[in-house]
Amino acid sequence: MDKIYSHPVSLRDNSTHYCAGCGHGTAHRIIAEIVDELGIREKVIGLAPVGCAVIAYEYWNFDCSEAAHGRALAVATAIKRVRPENIVFTYQGDGDLAAIGTNETIHAANRGENLTVIFINNAVYGMTGGQMAPTTLAGQKTATTPAGRDVLSHGFPLKISEMLALLPAVKYIERVSFHSPQEIIKAKQAIKTAFLNQINNIGFSLVEILSPCPTYWGMSPQKSLEWIKEVMAKEFPLGRIK
Amino acid sequence: MKKKILMTGNEAVAQGAIDAGCTFYAGYPITPQNELTAYMAVHMPGKPGIFIQAESELAAINMVYGASAAGARAMTSSSSPGISLKQEGISYIAGAELPAVIVNVMRAGPGLGNITPAQSDYFQATRGGGHGDYHLIVLAPASVQEAYDQMFLSFDLADKYRAPVMVLGDGMLGQMMEPLQLSAVSFQPSAENKKPWALTGCAGRSPNVIKSFYMDTNELEKFNLNLQKKYALIRQKEQRWEEIFLKDAKTIIVAYGSMARIARSAVHALRGKGKKVGLIRPITLWPFPEKAFTKHLTSNTRYLAVEMSYGQMLEDVQLAVGKAKVDFLGRAGGGVPSEEDIIRRVNG
Repeated sequence: MDKIYSHPVSLRDNSTHYCAGCGHGTAHRIIAEIVDELGIREKVIGLAPVGCAVIAYEYWNFDCSEAAHGRALAVATAIKRVRPENIVFTYQGDGDLAAIGTNETIHAANRGENLTVIFINNAVYGMTGGQMAPTTLAGQKTATTPAGRDVLSHGFPLKISEMLALLPAVKYIERVSFHSPQEIIKAKQAIKTAFLNQINNIGFSLVEILSPCPTYWGMSPQKSLEWIKEVMAKEFPLGRIK
Repeated sequence: MKKKILMTGNEAVAQGAIDAGCTFYAGYPITPQNELTAYMAVHMPGKPGIFIQAESELAAINMVYGASAAGARAMTSSSSPGISLKQEGISYIAGAELPAVIVNVMRAGPGLGNITPAQSDYFQATRGGGHGDYHLIVLAPASVQEAYDQMFLSFDLADKYRAPVMVLGDGMLGQMMEPLQLSAVSFQPSAENKKPWALTGCAGRSPNVIKSFYMDTNELEKFNLNLQKKYALIRQKEQRWEEIFLKDAKTIIVAYGSMARIARSAVHALRGKGKKVGLIRPITLWPFPEKAFTKHLTSNTRYLAVEMSYGQMLEDVQLAVGKAKVDFLGRAGGGVPSEEDIIRRVNG
């Protein structure tokens, strides 16, 4: 009998600190699987964000650095320029990548840095207690939009992937979702493409993942997946953007 | 021996960094340090030098964080308002114990101020500047030659202590031209410069992590205590200063950087008239050279702190001399105490 599934070497055997139904565990796992499958564990350097995933390096079994909130792509730019032979990726949430770090995101993309970006969009700030994110949906209740996001005063959900797709140096952007096993398989394919693009020197590649946050959505894990499918994916359509 | 050339302070800092083995520079334009960035843009690119004009000061200092994490000798430069923006990144660099060099060619503040020289960032530089209990090693060059030479020292100290080092100049020094003797030897990495902690990919070893986050309070306190131990060692070992005519001095002037050059002229003029005046020029502002004062401390010595700011270095002089009398002469916002101002103050 062939062994077709096992614990990735790139994933440490630690229990995660994430809430029930959170998408981070899934995202960490498939990144670890891809790193193993591509045989790049000894070359990869991961950037952990400020946010719920700040201790991602406790789960990944390869070289990692923290980056200050929003600055991951500036840090990653320098690491990759200094060590072009290494495979460098950032792992960033919506607040990190599309609010406090918008400038670093846009300019790293505009320079066409040969980096892989994993963008976790869960439409809310998790670590700080469920405040409005740049990607919070219209009408969505958060700690700082108790009556729901009013687009006329709080702004519209920011579609940073579509914005980045306008930049000539950006090579690949795809939006995927974690709302079903089939979608997770597609997400893994997209993330693998984003890593392969770096290995093949193709250039800046970003995968946006619609990822559940049951705790701050005030929903059960099951209901959260349905909400992604029925509501969130309507605002943030899935598929290849560039 | 290499020939002497004429250079501005800003260019000398840039050439000094390159000769000292700096292979990564990121910066953002701001006057009065633009010659430094422009010099780097010309002379850094190519193997192994990397130059990036960053989108902001925040990005520039975080690029330095990344380059240093990857094992490069990395630096950024700016002037006062830009250095304020870099404070977040500097705190992270100190917290992650990364070596890095930050050059501040100071201008007058607060706020936008203007581009005239000043020394008003003394507190920011010597007290840490960003959040948390940390220090930078702060070097203050007083000539174009010293600015060049201190780039070697600053990268060596940064590597030795895994700590950020600031070279604190001002617009006067940055813009002035002086003859410069280039070093005959440039930096060659040796066993001492090995960085086993750097991010290189985990081939043949367990993974490295660069971080400043400690979820456990006991761990964070332990980390902080270790940082304090490192700072105590730096205080003990790295105080640097220049002293002139201290032996019989009744009045000791204390000044650093560009201000010390004017003070030196005043000291020579006063000595010419038989006045027993000396000068202590701090070369390291942190650690402040307390040893220079304890060495010469007598009950009737009078001190005069002279600075292009309103009583910032003065506080360190007062701490160093205890109960001795310390007078103060300072101007800022573009004003510079003149040789005559100093002479009048010593005589008066």
